[in-house]
Amino acid sequence: MTIKEIAEKLGLQPLTALSERTVTGVYISDMVSDVIANAKAGNVLVTVQVHNNVIAAANLVDVAAIVVTRGRKPADDTLQLAEKAGIPVLFTELNSWQIASHLYEAGLR
Amino acid sequence: MTQERPREDDVAGAPADVLYREAFRISGGDYEHGGEVAARVKAILKELGIDPACSRRLSIANFEAEMNVIMYAESADLVLEVAGDEVRVTVADRGPGIPDIGLAMQEGYSTATAEMRARGFGAGMGLPNMKRNTDRFEIESVVGGGTTLRYAVRIA
Repeated sequence: MTIKEIAEKLGLQPLTALSERTVTGVYISDMVSDVIANAKAGNVLVTVQVHNNVIAAANLVDVAAIVVTRGRKPADDTLQLAEKAGIPVLFTELNSWQIASHLYEAGLR
Repeated sequence: MTQERPREDDVAGAPADVLYREAFRISGGDYEHGGEVAARVKAILKELGIDPACSRRLSIANFEAEMNVIMYAESADLVLEVAGDEVRVTVADRGPGIPDIGLAMQEGYSTATAEMRARGFGAGMGLPNMKRNTDRFEIESVVGGGTTLRYAVRIA
């Protein structure tokens, strides 16, 4: 499943350009050191963190997209950083648990 | 940002096996650019054809080191050295130093402030992450002077 398909299926609002990249799985964390140590290349990162250090960490370990939950929106300069790194950032009012269950129902394991 | 490619005087002071050397400055408190040095190093390693798995492990260590400088120190120099069999990094900071390195190396121990925790740091994973993702890891610290990290990842 691609990022674009996931965004459409779950009704996630893209805040940066979407991609056709195939997703390898999901990692859920709000701790940056946990993200960089344990998120795998091609994972969707589900988090409430919206500052640029998360984007930097996600980029270093080649995360495929970031879903920011609970209606939080990154600042414009943070989104620019994500855009530059080619990481789609998706917005939702749902919380991380709800998004996790939707991702599971969509077929991601 | 323009990258300086290896200059003779850069490599001259390094051990004989060093093929590439570059130094980067990290400023304390500069959260805005947190992770940029690690990203620049990663791009250089890619350009040099270093195995992505090695580069990924080193990037994890570099990111943690960089964020530690930003959170705790005044400034630091991160020196990258690529040798035939390993990629080495030295991060020497001017900062408060670490009074008890054994304690700081314990998973879960953190001295992070509320502000750092709100940003998603302070899990007490930084130094253990660095050790786990490197093949050699040394830490030296002088309270009131600074901390120097030396680590390396073997090239597969």
